[in-house]
Amino acid sequence: MSAGAAIEALGLTRRFGAFTAVDAITFSVGRGEVFGFLGANGAGKTTAIRMLIGVLAPTSGEARVAGRDVYAEAEEVKRRIGYMSQRFSLYEDLTVRENIALYGGIYGLTDEEIEARAGRLLESLGFTHAADGLVRSLPLGWRQKLAFSVAMIHQPEIVFLDEPTGGVDPITRRQFWEMIYAAAAGGTTVFVTTHYMDEAEYCDRVSIMVAGRIAALGTPDELKREFGAASIDEVFVRLARPDGGAQEAA
Amino acid sequence: MSAARARVPSTEDAVALDGVAKRFGEVRALDGISFTVAPGEIFGFIGPDGAGKTTLFRILTTLLVPDAGAARVLGLDVVRDLWALRRRVGYMPGRFSLYPDLSVQENVEFFASVFGTTLKAEYELIAPIYRQIEPFRERRAGALSGGMKQKLALCCALVHRPAILFLDEPTTGVDAVSRREFWDLLAELRAGGLTIVVSTPYMDEAGRCDRVALIAGGRILRIDAPGAIGAAYPLPLLAVRGPRRFELIQALRRHPHARSVFPFGDELHYTDDRAGADPAGVASEVAAHLASEGFAEARVEPAEAGIEDSFMALMEAPEGAAA
Repeated sequence: MSAGAAIEALGLTRRFGAFTAVDAITFSVGRGEVFGFLGANGAGKTTAIRMLIGVLAPTSGEARVAGRDVYAEAEEVKRRIGYMSQRFSLYEDLTVRENIALYGGIYGLTDEEIEARAGRLLESLGFTHAADGLVRSLPLGWRQKLAFSVAMIHQPEIVFLDEPTGGVDPITRRQFWEMIYAAAAGGTTVFVTTHYMDEAEYCDRVSIMVAGRIAALGTPDELKREFGAASIDEVFVRLARPDGGAQEAA
Repeated sequence: MSAARARVPSTEDAVALDGVAKRFGEVRALDGISFTVAPGEIFGFIGPDGAGKTTLFRILTTLLVPDAGAARVLGLDVVRDLWALRRRVGYMPGRFSLYPDLSVQENVEFFASVFGTTLKAEYELIAPIYRQIEPFRERRAGALSGGMKQKLALCCALVHRPAILFLDEPTTGVDAVSRREFWDLLAELRAGGLTIVVSTPYMDEAGRCDRVALIAGGRILRIDAPGAIGAAYPLPLLAVRGPRRFELIQALRRHPHARSVFPFGDELHYTDDRAGADPAGVASEVAAHLASEGFAEARVEPAEAGIEDSFMALMEAPEGAAA
């Protein structure tokens, strides 16, 4: 593990009763990297993310995010990360501008900072005309782009995106990924989950979780070579269903 | 082809819609939808969130009354004949709609009893699906994984032997492997003669349908067999591979004839704005452009368009701009 890593997990484990949801995962993510965190439903992704953002304590093992221990220094970590989930990221009964102000306030920005960043954010999204509309009235794709920008409002070192593009139309989905690339080019580390396997190909590296463990980790090209597969989709199917997934892939 | 849309609805059709419209306040959720579905067909609605898919499915299953137009399912009018129709359709709504505090088995038994039958009586019918979740029959439905929940919901929608099945986004939020398995189940049901109308935001599922309708902004953009939709792509399309893809996208967009440039898995898809131009000629021209931009190592080849290429081209067309 490198000293300058944005995220480091070492033997990170979480049990619920007799069930081991996350089973001693070890990996690190470099600064400015776009890291795809893949896995089937129930493989343990969400539990792992909840530990990495400091809202769930591990049973054993450790995690360091932005160079700090996620549990011993939880408040320090929370200031340095952004988080966006597929749902519940924004308050639907508030306007676009109110959501920006709320999150800016939660992250301790001054009123002047909020105003300046809200203006830039609305302009870059092309949302200035919709700033005083309720979030509820926005199409899903717009909401997700806004949620991402809001998760970035305090200029975090690392942003966690949990299925940010589910159900989003194919053009907006690609615009969303250009926002991800721009954030990474600006030095932000991006940790992202998705069920769209074409999006896995857009990541610098991906990991694939199976039954609580990391079953594969590498660049998309490395994984395709390692598994002799034409696409990450094919790698995913083989790992997630080792018993007969191969014929279903046809 | 568009002939499918123009065809006069006959009593043979499993579904026949003519000019169906529905608005909610200012929002035109459906803006004059017409199509027919043949018996025994898997007919897919492909479109993003907000396209109008759920409104359409609620009208087809008699849960919502259209503002205008006519809709018949199994020859029955969705408004006039709703009670007769409700016994004959199976519906799996987009949101998880089962009782999370009941067990797997209790959920199936409940839905069977609503239609005056029992799990035992219908066991053979749902067995191909039910057997996969039967090991967990005592588990609370709320504690199932995403893929398992979908299989249980499908059992509950099938247990009263419907003649037609409406599945609204059954695979949204479900992982890529469970999605495949779910479509395998649908193929089995179709082989048994069931008509299936299904919606999905995943373009890669189109190939599992007999015909698909691309839908966005409350309108149908196109109806055709999945293979024919890509084949009708109107402009030269190239696949480009190379390192530094974010910069490569920008370089491609600087080509004077670039209509659109999008990432597609490990490739980029470049669409040229010159209809009818020879794709091989365009490819060597674009390769030369990239070389002059410092991307001499990029590989450029003509490519076959898929559903997603067509969908994006139709969404970008002025008529689809509302989406």
